[in-house]
Amino acid sequence: MSFITRGFSGRRGDRDPRLPPGQTLVADWPVLSAGPTPHVDTADWEFSIRTENGVHRWSWDELRALGVEDITTDIHCVTHWSKLEMPWRGVPLDKIWKSVQTEHEYVMAHSYGGYTTNLPLEDLLDGKSWVAFEADGEPLDPEHGGPARLLVPHLYFWKSAKWVRGLVTMPDDDPGFWEQNGYHLHGDPWLEERYW
Amino acid sequence: MSGPAPADAPPAKAHRRAGWHTATVTDSRPETPTARRIAFEVPTWPGNDAGSHLDVRLTAPDGYQATRSYSIASSGEGTRVLLAVDELPDGEVSPFLVHDLREGDQVEMHGPLGAYFVWTPPPAGEPSRPVQLIAGGSGVVPLFAMARAHAEADDATEFRLLYSARTPQDVFFRAELEQLTAAAPALWLDFVYTRQVPEGWPTGPGRITREVLDAATLPAASDPLVFVCGPTPFVETVAGWLVESGHRPGSVRTERFGGS
Ligand SMILES: Cc1cc2nc3c(=O)[nH]c(=O)nc-3n(C[C@H](O)[C@H](O)[C@H](O)COP(=O)(O)OP(=O)(O)OC[C@H]3O[C@@H](n4cnc5c(N)ncnc54)[C@H](O)[C@@H]3O)c2cc1C
Repeated sequence: MSFITRGFSGRRGDRDPRLPPGQTLVADWPVLSAGPTPHVDTADWEFSIRTENGVHRWSWDELRALGVEDITTDIHCVTHWSKLEMPWRGVPLDKIWKSVQTEHEYVMAHSYGGYTTNLPLEDLLDGKSWVAFEADGEPLDPEHGGPARLLVPHLYFWKSAKWVRGLVTMPDDDPGFWEQNGYHLHGDPWLEERYW
Repeated sequence: MSGPAPADAPPAKAHRRAGWHTATVTDSRPETPTARRIAFEVPTWPGNDAGSHLDVRLTAPDGYQATRSYSIASSGEGTRVLLAVDELPDGEVSPFLVHDLREGDQVEMHGPLGAYFVWTPPPAGEPSRPVQLIAGGSGVVPLFAMARAHAEADDATEFRLLYSARTPQDVFFRAELEQLTAAAPALWLDFVYTRQVPEGWPTGPGRITREVLDAATLPAASDPLVFVCGPTPFVETVAGWLVESGHRPGSVRTERFGGS
């Protein structure tokens, strides 16, 4: 239904083909969160995965010992900004998941501070997600989710839960925090799955 | 690790379904030296809660599109939607909305959006939680909608707004806000000016401090619901201090307008 807005020319005639529809390239790194920023010390930090079969836990050092990777990836925020070729460091979820057994097909990511976001397991495994603790060559600032956040770059960035502390598997796809507040259950930027 | 929803998450409630709408400018006037108040008629608008936002999409003749989020200064049923847009001089969309958009022009809108950074009056007979609003610059837009909705509902909830603006001329909705302070139930209004103060003002210009914040907001002991909105560094600083002053993190809702 789009129509031309009188007098609007826009800044860029050429769109970067790496930008999903409706996204704008930014130079800085905007912040979007629902509440105050939690501050978590790595000494107290713990990551856990709970399934119907039990709980697995990793300390900060145990998690990193699973094997750190460098990632270069584009990220897309539902509020219409994107950053391209951003360098990250983190542990691939594939390595964390090795010891985990579950029949469930979905997870809820839980964060320090109480936030949650839901994801299908198939969007997390096979090289698709990381627990990340560095971006742009620096430890992640608390306002960007430090000490560690989930990194699921192929989905809108609210799925990359800041201050992540664990995953709980689920038989069904239940909405997390933003999803209960109007955001899409899945969040594919190329399909513009922003809101429901 | 137990997995309940965040303690203060609102109960899942019926949403006004977001959709695309064609909006026609019915009125546009200067709000401050850098901002414009723009009213739209949106025949298909389903109404919106106070505090929600929408996406504005502009399309150039070559098909190029730009989309940005704007808070809605109006609320309730009805098809008139009010925005207030501050110009970011090197921005792409805000200078167009502030300088070029005029009466009769049309844009696409997607909304209403957001079911978290909103305020609705408590159902009759239920205890109301005091509300503290804290605005930096154009961050006052959704908070103004809440303050007005509160007055219109004739709701007994205690409302207080702390508003940081650059200068007295940069205050959005000044006349309406001052009217709300005179109305009953009252809005309690406090200003901080960062660059220039009105004549006779007791202090010089300066950014909000921890002391000003503590002195001009409802104390944590009264367990208010707090809405903070503005540029990221402002929100980050204020929300951090609120938690240090004893406010429960789950009681502090934030909306960051990106950039700095
Ligand atoms: C929920 C929400 C509600 C908002 N409500 C209002 C409102 O009521 N009134 C108002 O004036 N503005 C509001 N904003 C900000 C608005 O969406 C635009 O960011 C602003 O108008 C600047 O857009 P622009 O195209 O002029 O600048 P751009 O060309 O997008 O920005 C220029 C530079 O500014 C920075 N920047 C500023 N804001 C943002 C942002 N949100 N995301 C990414 N980068 C940013 C970036 O560094 C960018 O490169 C809101 C933002 C959000 C997320």
